[in-house]
Amino acid sequence: MKTARDIAKNVNNGSSATLELEETLVRIKEQNDELNVFLYVDEQGARAAAQRVDEIVARGENAGPLAGVPIALKDNLCTVDVPTTCASKILDGWRPPYSATVVEKILAAGAVPLDPSRVPGGSSGGSAAAVASQMTTLSLGSDTGGSIRQPAALCGIVGVKPTYGLVSRYGLVAFASSLDQIGPFASNVTDAATLLEAVAGHDSRDSTSLVEPSPSLVAHVEDGVKGRRVALVRELVDGADEDVVESVMKAVETLRAAGATIFELSIPELRLGLSAYYLIAPAEASSNLARFDGVRYGLRVDADDVAAMNEATRTAGFGKEVKRRIMLGTYALSAGYYDAYYGQALKVRTMTIEAFKRAYQQADLLIGATTPSVAFAFGSKTNDPMAMYLSDVFTIPTNLSGDAAISVPFGTGEADLPVGVQLLGPGRSEASLFSAARVLERADGRE
Amino acid sequence: MAKLARLHLDETELDEFTKQLGDVLEHAKDIESLDLEGVLPTAHPFGLVNVVRSDTVTASLQRDAVLRSAPDAENGRFAVPRIVGEAP
Repeated sequence: MKTARDIAKNVNNGSSATLELEETLVRIKEQNDELNVFLYVDEQGARAAAQRVDEIVARGENAGPLAGVPIALKDNLCTVDVPTTCASKILDGWRPPYSATVVEKILAAGAVPLDPSRVPGGSSGGSAAAVASQMTTLSLGSDTGGSIRQPAALCGIVGVKPTYGLVSRYGLVAFASSLDQIGPFASNVTDAATLLEAVAGHDSRDSTSLVEPSPSLVAHVEDGVKGRRVALVRELVDGADEDVVESVMKAVETLRAAGATIFELSIPELRLGLSAYYLIAPAEASSNLARFDGVRYGLRVDADDVAAMNEATRTAGFGKEVKRRIMLGTYALSAGYYDAYYGQALKVRTMTIEAFKRAYQQADLLIGATTPSVAFAFGSKTNDPMAMYLSDVFTIPTNLSGDAAISVPFGTGEADLPVGVQLLGPGRSEASLFSAARVLERADGRE
Repeated sequence: MAKLARLHLDETELDEFTKQLGDVLEHAKDIESLDLEGVLPTAHPFGLVNVVRSDTVTASLQRDAVLRSAPDAENGRFAVPRIVGEAP
């Protein structure tokens, strides 16, 4: 499999982006029936994008750091006039009148966007599977409680949850606005850094977008970890399966051998993250999803008056898990329970942030597992939501704190399935996370 | 709750959800019981407040483009069933 870096280099040197795209489309056609990753492939739009890249190169110009690289998009990222449905009936037939900032940015960097996606791990699983199956070289997903890092870990690829505000959320269908962040999937660390660097940066159309200039990432991938203080966090491995813990311990030893100072740390507040998250995220989601009322987008189920139409539309359009979360959020926000649940969760969020701040006074980076176990069987947890939610226990704290984290494949566990090691850092520490992840990648035999 | 959320749940779903949401709230007892008097709530991780931009005129979305994907539109507006008044 060619890396994104190779493709961009070759295309900028005159090799055809159109040909690269056609090969990608063939791979998608061969595999998608079985894997069901792509909901829609905008072949025409992709061909036009590839042709534009070829024309730029033909004029003797550089077409950008992602020249000719096919990128899959999670189906909650708007592309103008291309169906964007969040894989939900509620947005059936909706074609956005505008494109997300990240879509504009990858186009400007020479990439060729394609539209997916679905579930090996939630919820950016389609984007993860697109890269893991090598249908596309890169993809973009969104991470609210681990939805990039978790599927990346289960699929054996690299996934990044950037600092809150580093990547514009304009054109991302909102789920839990104070937690959502767009980030990259790639088969290797350098490609992930290249994609994140291309989509990061201030955007006046997202009021939560950071104003600081976006960091230089690719240039620091090979910086290593010499002298870096790395803490193994007890709460980020406790409760994980033995095979997962074993990979994390090997990763710790690898970083130590590469010159990092290693120590153990306990951050008890992280244990409270799960409860806080499963009140805050559904509360925000119930509010955000109120807009799907059959009036402005997608599905409408007719009824005699507007309230009955709203109810009929939402009942028919939302899936079960979405309804469950809307119900939970509505409850957590309702009069009489607000203080006990939502209000209390917001205070726990403050505690989480303070706890991370204290940890980052002692350590530059934290390390732990991404998920408690390797991939579980499809459908095995859908009837017990709490069991499913518990698999997010290691990823959620970073969303609550707004900091950055990366999942990098390291070793294998039960049934030879991939294990994801998670590296965490303070806000805007992405460069340092990439360089540490790169050390692990090399030690794991991926040059 | 379902009524507030504009959802219709049948009896089976009501039973199932009642149990499942109970499990989540049971788990949340670990934070419900904490004494957090004096801790301030966090709504934004980096304490961002009042983002303003300069008051300049810029292009907005075209009305027709926005209405094109709506379930129903009329005279340049979103169209909905009856909101007030007597049933026919």
